[in-house]
Amino acid sequence: MSITPKNPDLSQLNCTIAVTGLKTGDNPQPGVAVIRSIRAAGFKGKIVGLVYDSMESGIYVEDLTDEVYQMPYPSAGAEAFWARITYILSQVAIDVIIPTLDAEVILYIRLQEELKKAGIHTYLPSEECFLLRDKTRLATFFPPRGILVPDTILISDTAAIINSKDQFPMMIKGRYYEAYKANNVDEGLKYFYEIESRWGLPIILQKMIPGDEYNIVIVGDGDGGILGMVPQKKLVITDKGKGFGGVVVNNPGLGDFAAKVISLLKWRGPCELEVMRGFDGEYYLIEINPRFPAWVRLAEGSGQNQPAAVVLKALDLPLEQLPGCKTGTLFIRHAEDIIADISTMGEISAKSELRRR
Amino acid sequence: MDYKRLENLAMNDNGFIFDPNTGYSYTSNATGIYILKLLAAGLEKESIRAQLIAEYEVNEDNFNSDFEHFTLMLEALDLVSF
Repeated sequence: MSITPKNPDLSQLNCTIAVTGLKTGDNPQPGVAVIRSIRAAGFKGKIVGLVYDSMESGIYVEDLTDEVYQMPYPSAGAEAFWARITYILSQVAIDVIIPTLDAEVILYIRLQEELKKAGIHTYLPSEECFLLRDKTRLATFFPPRGILVPDTILISDTAAIINSKDQFPMMIKGRYYEAYKANNVDEGLKYFYEIESRWGLPIILQKMIPGDEYNIVIVGDGDGGILGMVPQKKLVITDKGKGFGGVVVNNPGLGDFAAKVISLLKWRGPCELEVMRGFDGEYYLIEINPRFPAWVRLAEGSGQNQPAAVVLKALDLPLEQLPGCKTGTLFIRHAEDIIADISTMGEISAKSELRRR
Repeated sequence: MDYKRLENLAMNDNGFIFDPNTGYSYTSNATGIYILKLLAAGLEKESIRAQLIAEYEVNEDNFNSDFEHFTLMLEALDLVSF
């Protein structure tokens, strides 16, 4: 008997789903795309936006969220986070949270059990698994297991940059965010200090692999398997390196490489792999981001609704095999001006919460 | 010559070509698309020459020169290998 793949139908699901990261703009967060995908699955329940800043643009989009609550920044720690969640739960019963920002995911992982006791379900990896994909660990964990990673060193001062003058261009990366291609020592030093001032140490120095970059959005099942996978090649890249356009590709070698990475990690939940296919024909793992990417709408748009699948998995509801994605599906990011009354900003700024309905 | 990768290309009559394997896209004129489709169908140079000479006003020398130039360009784009 054959199984017909099917996207999740959330039209009968009566619950409340919270999503973080509603900022769009030049460095977009994934929350708005995640919510749109969930709505595209027919979800008619309540959507709660969890934001850090009253200027996150998704707050002001009509028909996106039903309620919005401001959260303390992850750096404020678990106690402040938990106090805020407790308050929010006194206002609205949240059934599922999908965190979408790198810096907050670890907090949600560590508090998974407490959240569950409070009735909030997540679909996230273990802490051990999460830490293995840290930029500082990739180059030690994966190569002995047959996954190539560009040569990487962690630095706490500029000596390595100055002494690497024959090895440029190279990538200079922050531990959490930002990555720049430095063409010479001067650029390397500039990026070192810029990233250090924003994200602290260590800084990651990575060898450049000449080739084509691919990004893959994946939902792992936690046992080494994959529930969904959509690979894309960026077609439009901003000066910050953000993909503002891309196309779904069908490359069996890339798919096998990604499947091997996930099987080694036993990743549970959404993630994004950044992979380089070198001109030498080899695949190199560049990064693993522990959440949906901002371009995740392309997954739903190409026929595979991964955010909706994560909702079902978080609630431990049955999930049928997801359909494949349609190769050649294209996305182009389009900026739009949102018109709202200043009172909306006043409400979220003064009360740290906003109720639409 | 190995033309296997050409089999996967999506080509339309407007001259747009998409390689689903790499995500790259290209454009070509109608003659280029015509030759690519014949190569993707597994035809050898001799058969393609016969069809081109029958279809277009081209002599054998010009065909040979243009065909070589075209296939070298395909090789540079990593779409065929010699």
